[in-house]
Amino acid sequence: MGRMVVRFLYQDAYVGSVLRQHAVAEQSTDNGLKHAEQKQMSDPPGWNLEEHELATVRRLAGDWIACETGIRSAAEVARILDEAGEKTLRLDASSLSRWDSALIAFVKMLRDSARTGRARAVQIDESGLPDAARRLLALAAAGTTEAASASVPHPSLTTRVGEAYFDAWSKTVAAAALVGETALRGTAATAHRTRTRGVDVLQCVREAGAGALSIVSIVNGLVGAILAFVGAVQLQRFGAGIYVADLVGIATVREMAAIGTAIVLAGRTGGAYAAQLATMQGNEEIDALKSLGIPVFDFLVLPRIAALVTMTPLLYLYGCAVGLFGGYIVSMATLDLTSASFLEELRGAVAGTQFAIGLTKSLAFGALVALTGCHIGLRAGRSAADVGRAATEAVVAGIVGVIALDAVFAICTSSLGI
Amino acid sequence: MIEVRNLTVEFDTRVIQRDLSFSIRRGSIFAIMGGSGCGKSTVLKAMIGLLRPSSGAITVDGEDYWVATEARRASISRRFGVLFQSGALWSSMTVAENVALPLQMFTSLAAAAIAGLVEIKLSFVGLVAAASQMPAELSGGMRKRAALARALALDPEILLFDEPSAGLDPITSKRLDELILELSKGFGATVVIVSHELPSLFGICDDGVFLDADTKTAIAHGSPRALRDTCDHPTVRAFMERGRIDPVRSQGSQS
Repeated sequence: MGRMVVRFLYQDAYVGSVLRQHAVAEQSTDNGLKHAEQKQMSDPPGWNLEEHELATVRRLAGDWIACETGIRSAAEVARILDEAGEKTLRLDASSLSRWDSALIAFVKMLRDSARTGRARAVQIDESGLPDAARRLLALAAAGTTEAASASVPHPSLTTRVGEAYFDAWSKTVAAAALVGETALRGTAATAHRTRTRGVDVLQCVREAGAGALSIVSIVNGLVGAILAFVGAVQLQRFGAGIYVADLVGIATVREMAAIGTAIVLAGRTGGAYAAQLATMQGNEEIDALKSLGIPVFDFLVLPRIAALVTMTPLLYLYGCAVGLFGGYIVSMATLDLTSASFLEELRGAVAGTQFAIGLTKSLAFGALVALTGCHIGLRAGRSAADVGRAATEAVVAGIVGVIALDAVFAICTSSLGI
Repeated sequence: MIEVRNLTVEFDTRVIQRDLSFSIRRGSIFAIMGGSGCGKSTVLKAMIGLLRPSSGAITVDGEDYWVATEARRASISRRFGVLFQSGALWSSMTVAENVALPLQMFTSLAAAAIAGLVEIKLSFVGLVAAASQMPAELSGGMRKRAALARALALDPEILLFDEPSAGLDPITSKRLDELILELSKGFGATVVIVSHELPSLFGICDDGVFLDADTKTAIAHGSPRALRDTCDHPTVRAFMERGRIDPVRSQGSQS
């Protein structure tokens, strides 16, 4: 529903007074208010030119709403300034219906372009704009007096290589320091000389140990079964089906249970530690601990390391049991063996040294996963993306570290002849 | 413009505020006042669609917000510009990208036009120099101002501010008040402010409601200045009197 309003346009006093009638259908009740009472089609914005003796008048008309009618481009602004030529450019907003930041953006672009890159700066007379727009422009101008930040210079190749080297070196040093600190503070903790709380250790133990039982069962059980299956098919050809017991036994106890459990824990718990510590970093919780003088290592990192170092060997033993059981089931199902003969062969194969090797490995793996998780978590940035990145890095580093450490163990044990 | 009728908001089965009824006129600057923990932010969250009220209605321009479909609610929400209590900037984007995202998502403007608009919004809050910084590198007050610039990105009709002056120095706070007034007069925006900053409330708000934490409902309606001068309720008096320089010992004696 429109309301016909007769509007008058007054020419500037310099060129005498001429009355013109200008009828505009208006749907908002106040000048400058952009919120109509019902949805309407936008009037296309116009900036009609009128030449006068001393000034070029641009009559702004229609709706100037950023989301609906867009912003004027730099080319249009340049053309308007060119057409103003030597004269003052006067803006007249009497035909303007609705406006918002689009108008402010337009005038700001005019102002900026009028001064830069022109032989002679164009004078702009803004007295014809609505009062509210002029006040907002004043606010905008006051805010832009700060200089824009200088662009960062692009570093050369040698700088980048050098920085990468120093980065890698400091990371190695930090990792070594972490291992050393764990050893020192760990022994101190057992003598109750640190700020580690027993309740924190128990909480971490519960999450890392009991919480992982189901996934450890599934992974190790299935891996044991798969080993038995693959082995049975091959060994059956030589009539050596009974040696499946040896295969499953040695492979599970010496390698697969330890690696499988460690990788599962790296994914599950290493990532969780990194994400927890990274989020605490972002929430300034670490800062709060430091400012109170509570050592972060003792309070946050030691419980986690203690939990994984104690739980991983236990989970390994549990994984061995489940894996051997899975292998047993498959062997019984696919081969023509008696239960007693299988178990006897198994008992002979997995002598004490296999378990000892497996246990040592799982201890080392547990410490590695905890250390990488905590170290990467504490080093993380403070944004949401950084937390995700830290979790991913911790998981990848944990898994790669476990496999690498396993290779080292393999070399050591083979050279020791066990 | 916004009508709240018999609103009850709960959080985990605990009632925060019940039976709230107030209306916000178009173009007014409305204050939601109350002591800490009375549920002002929770009421604001119900108004912007983050927390479904357990009973009552919130009508925006005659349309019941929570009865509408999710798509319709999303399009109503686009008319809101919200400033959260701690800014809530997206931490993996720069300040300029934060302000530009609503424009990129909901308009079909060219990149140069969006950049121009972003610069204007940032200049309203005085953050043009920090445009390419990440939120983690900003101070608390700067983060709040950046969040305000983002709330203004689409030139919304309804602005909702949760503690806008908290953490700002007096000069920036005054500048923010001026900006709110200009937006309200210039763009005709309706502003809803949740705040305890008495000088700002007295300076710019022309209507309001006072929520109480004990009775869990509204105990006074009216502009902060009117409540300061005429309301007799002891909780409201205590709240307002904190802003006075000399404590009023007896009624009637005025400085």
